[in-house]
Amino acid sequence: MNNLAILPIIIPLISGAILAFVHSKVSLSRTLAKLFMLINLGVVIYLTLEVINYGTIILETGEWVAPYGIVLVADSLAAVLVLTTNIIAVAAVFYAPHSLTEAKEKHYFYTFFFFIISGVSGAFLTGDLFNLFVFFEVLLIASYALIVLGGEKVQLRESLKYVLINVFSSILFVTAIAFLYGVVGTVNMAQIAERVQEVDQQGILTTIGILLFFVFATKAALFPLYYWLPKSYIVPNPVVSALFAALLTKVGIYSIIRVFSLIFIHRPDLTHEAFIWIAGLSMIFGVIGALATNNIKLIIAYNIIPAIGFIMMGIGFFNESGMSGSIYYLIHDMIIKTALFMLVGIIAYVAGTSDLRKMKGLIHDYPLLGWLLFIAAFVLAGIPPFSGFIGKIQLLKGAFENGEVVIAIIALGTSLLILYSVMKIFIRGFWGERQTNNKLEKKPIFGMVTPVIFLLACSTILGIGAEWFVPTIESISSDLLNPQNYIDSVLKE
Amino acid sequence: MGFMKREERFNIMYKPNNLILRTTTSLISFILLGFAIYLLLAGHNSPGGGFVGGLVTSASIILLYMAYGKNSVDEILPINYRLLIPIGLVIAILTGAGSFLFGVPFLTHTFGTVELPLYGEIELATAMLFDLGVYFTVLGSTITIILSIANDKKIVD
Repeated sequence: MNNLAILPIIIPLISGAILAFVHSKVSLSRTLAKLFMLINLGVVIYLTLEVINYGTIILETGEWVAPYGIVLVADSLAAVLVLTTNIIAVAAVFYAPHSLTEAKEKHYFYTFFFFIISGVSGAFLTGDLFNLFVFFEVLLIASYALIVLGGEKVQLRESLKYVLINVFSSILFVTAIAFLYGVVGTVNMAQIAERVQEVDQQGILTTIGILLFFVFATKAALFPLYYWLPKSYIVPNPVVSALFAALLTKVGIYSIIRVFSLIFIHRPDLTHEAFIWIAGLSMIFGVIGALATNNIKLIIAYNIIPAIGFIMMGIGFFNESGMSGSIYYLIHDMIIKTALFMLVGIIAYVAGTSDLRKMKGLIHDYPLLGWLLFIAAFVLAGIPPFSGFIGKIQLLKGAFENGEVVIAIIALGTSLLILYSVMKIFIRGFWGERQTNNKLEKKPIFGMVTPVIFLLACSTILGIGAEWFVPTIESISSDLLNPQNYIDSVLKE
Repeated sequence: MGFMKREERFNIMYKPNNLILRTTTSLISFILLGFAIYLLLAGHNSPGGGFVGGLVTSASIILLYMAYGKNSVDEILPINYRLLIPIGLVIAILTGAGSFLFGVPFLTHTFGTVELPLYGEIELATAMLFDLGVYFTVLGSTITIILSIANDKKIVD
């Protein structure tokens, strides 16, 4: 029993409720939001250190013993991801006032922002498949509110698609859980894993596993279920896009990691083998999308898909290097995608357009912005010494250990193209003469740039200080490969 | 008829059911409100609870809106329903978090019995407080949703 595990869920929830009372007082809600977010970050840092030093924290809510009650399981993977979520959220809450209009902030932006954080933390921490669905709904409903914030025509059009695809996959999710409950008679993940293991994952269980995979793949935007993502992620405000890109797809991929390293692991020839090919196709199609457009927001949005492919690849290998590569890449990608979405948000703001053909020579007025984008592109593509490099090298090690040479070549080629697609923004947007017919004044961007610098610093530390983090990541991945540890710590056998 | 304002005549002419609706509403609405309170209190150990109690309450208030129109109901029930949502959330979360003070897991509930004069013994449970939070949240969100759809033409603040 330790109530620490629930705090990352209820602190944001109650902060969101409190901010709803003061929604019309903009400066007060800004201050309170920053304060609450920093408190939450402090609590989460403490939680993460406790988990890493003293092992998994289990909370059986309402004193109902697992597997009968609802459990929260803060194992090292969940704790590390909740910490990453909160680092991003802190950056976002400082970026938001500069990026949003006051009217949008008054329309409950901060309330829904905190509800998303609460839902994401809950999805990472829950040890119960049905509650995973519940927390998915919490974060989705908050995201529906944020995606239409502002209510422009294009937003309504794209959010309709977004809502429909998510409602459909939620229906599928509940159905799959009902099937699984019908077969194994429980929704506690540890107990499901135990029972699936007992019957050696026979036919119908694998089918249910694949059904769950489809649900999570839709949320995570894997090939071929990614088509809804790019356009609906570029219509909301940059800070909302950054949150979505950093958190929502990653919750989907986290669920895949959890479910396919804990429950459905006995028929890797049917599931994990297919993951590798889906990963390869996601990389290829995602990067083609990024190369084919001149809209800077769309370039970054398409870059989400190959990143998900990289993470998926490591799950497919299902060996220690592959798994730790996936987790490292997951953390790295959450941070850098937030930074990139914020950066293109600033670029679109200063250039007055998000069309690459209409901008040039921004480096003369905004040198800092240009070099930040340059660094961010390097981080994203995985140039040493930045964090993408460490993740990728471990993923490639995993590939060669399993003898999967083709996927390794695809991954390397994709990395180069990713670098090109982001460099294109730098070359076409920042190089060249200053635009002479420019009626745009030089705009102050310092407040918007600071959170980006913070995120890039985190990313650089993650890369240069890899030696500090790699042991933790490796112990997470060896835990994931020995699901018995998880089962024992939850069911205490 | 000649003494009536044009608007009122319009209402009577185009709403032939108005009288029946209004008469029954004034009866049914209060039965519903009483039943909603019963459901809320019955909640934690027999059928009922904050969710269904909130729904029945909002049904009764919506019925009032349908029978008497927005302006007059706004006057007799000047409640900001949108504010009820965070109030309910705060009540529910704090009830759950109250368990921290006693060093037991989140959402652990407890109960005790109280002797009341004339009535006898009644049972009080902390689950009831949680239900109250749910009640307010459901009431607030249901009415906010229905009223915003019903007031489609006007932009709500």
